Amino acid sequence: MKAITTTMKPEPKKSAASFWGKFRQQKYLYMMAVPFVLWAFVFSYLPLWGWMMAFQKYKPGKSFFEQKWVGLQYFRELFQDEQFFNALRNTLAMSIMGLLAGFIIPIIFAILLNEVRLQVLKRFVQTVSYLPHFVSWVVAAGIITKMLSTDNGAVNDLLMGLHIISEPIQFMAKGNLFWGIVTASDVWKETGWNTIIYLAAISGIGPELYEAARVDGASRLQQVRHITFPGIRGTIVILLIMSIGHLISIGFEKQFLLGNNLVRDYSQTLDLYALNYGLGMGRFSFGTAINIFNSVVSVILLFTANGIFKKITKESII
Amino acid sequence: MIKKLAAASWSDRIFDLVVYLAITVVTVATLYPFLNVLAISFNDSTDSIKGGITIYPRVFTFKNYETIFAFSGLITGFKISVLRTVIGTLLGLVSASMLAFTLSRVDFQARKFVSTFLALTMYVSGGLIPFYILIKDLHMMGTFGVYVLPGLVSAFNVFVIRSFIDGLPYALQESAKLDGANDFTIYWRVILPLTKPALATIALFLAVGQWNAWIDTYLYNGSKDSLTTLQFELMKVIQSTTTNADNFRGRNMTEVMAQISPESVKMAITIVVTVPILIVYPFLQRYFVKGMTLGSVKS
Repeated sequence: MKAITTTMKPEPKKSAASFWGKFRQQKYLYMMAVPFVLWAFVFSYLPLWGWMMAFQKYKPGKSFFEQKWVGLQYFRELFQDEQFFNALRNTLAMSIMGLLAGFIIPIIFAILLNEVRLQVLKRFVQTVSYLPHFVSWVVAAGIITKMLSTDNGAVNDLLMGLHIISEPIQFMAKGNLFWGIVTASDVWKETGWNTIIYLAAISGIGPELYEAARVDGASRLQQVRHITFPGIRGTIVILLIMSIGHLISIGFEKQFLLGNNLVRDYSQTLDLYALNYGLGMGRFSFGTAINIFNSVVSVILLFTANGIFKKITKESII
Repeated sequence: MIKKLAAASWSDRIFDLVVYLAITVVTVATLYPFLNVLAISFNDSTDSIKGGITIYPRVFTFKNYETIFAFSGLITGFKISVLRTVIGTLLGLVSASMLAFTLSRVDFQARKFVSTFLALTMYVSGGLIPFYILIKDLHMMGTFGVYVLPGLVSAFNVFVIRSFIDGLPYALQESAKLDGANDFTIYWRVILPLTKPALATIALFLAVGQWNAWIDTYLYNGSKDSLTTLQFELMKVIQSTTTNADNFRGRNMTEVMAQISPESVKMAITIVVTVPILIVYPFLQRYFVKGMTLGSVKS
């Protein structure tokens, strides 16, 4: 790519005059890039400046320099709050469960889908499986709550019909079921969508490999094990590492929508905790301390994941 | 040899059985909830309480839809949702395609800086509360702008379009340049028309994101009825029912029924909110599959 494109480059000279000359030449490029870079600076980088709030006793309406500095007071408060450890546990639990399920199930589904010989059927199932990805979490949460409800919910009806249970389970009111419900909802919503990349990787495997295997008398299952699976292993590793990087940044959307007061001990994530006990109560400094903790942990996870990734593939994702 | 073949065909048959069983389960588990909601939304609301509705309405009626469309919040919400989807998508396309074009130009002086600067935004985040304070300080609370402006620049979208432009022959740009076209003309006349497939993908992502968003309404415009969105209205209806159900547990049934908006109305709103997307996405499938694979390879 670079070899083709360098033809447009004039001779590089490292003097100020040539810099400004080129700057003028590229004025349209600058005009197309600079406004958006400034934009990204305001909305993505400026909030980091807001982290100072966590070390101040922030009062709305006062300027930055008039705020009172309190050092690590809010972090000390945070680490003494039982709710914080509860929120941390919930965040980690739901992240890890979501990571495992959201990583393994799409691989299995992609491999199975690839084995469907009838192309029309394959396309139909694919299109259907993308559907939940496109609806909002508000809609998904409404549907899931309906399906799991005790009066005429499809899941309870099915389990009762099969005589697995004798009376409806109150899915949405049981704290110990909440993590599982969130994970299952995520799987229901995103599995189809997450197969796209794997299906693309599978379609890149040469058909001659399968032909050779068939000639050697390999069964379909053996073909999956020895051709399809090794063929997508690289993609699997990359996607796994990338999802580890996003491990703790699960936010609060699902938990907010699917949770209720009865399951709060299991539904409150760090972000939801910041929303309820920071923003909701006007404790901006305390809430910011929660956000900082969350960000720092996810950056550490990202670098750890990237370090492992580098060791395995000699490449970096950041 | 024959024995081996027979064994293989047996295991193949079981394998096929597993495959078709699995895709049937997935298809039913995905489609049934939607069909069920659709059926209830067209079913008489008092009849629905009896239960047993599956995928077709038992007592057909449009009344649920009439009820919800009489509610003014829904009309405003619909207008604002359409508006933010159209404006947000257009603005997002302009910003992403312009940035992608400048990044695809290897001779661009600031290329490395801009590229790193954008890539970092995918990983650093100030968090909920600093962002909230920023929006407040910028006086964007209670404005329409808060829906389309903060998310205007998305690094992921930029990189997807950039990898697409990288795949185009560079000679096109060179010959345009020789003809005396400036960089903006090259972007507008040469690059944009050729980038349509990638733009279609990004437009779909942006539009779905805008249509489905509700947290910004909740955080910044929650008390402003004129700026409500469809998703936010649906969220209020669904949340009010679940929290009421908590509060009213133990009281008598008629009192609860008076407080809770009937299930069918809830389902009707769900359908209204979902249908626009369902109409659009199957037609764009070709594009987003391509866009997803492009994005994952390069970014």
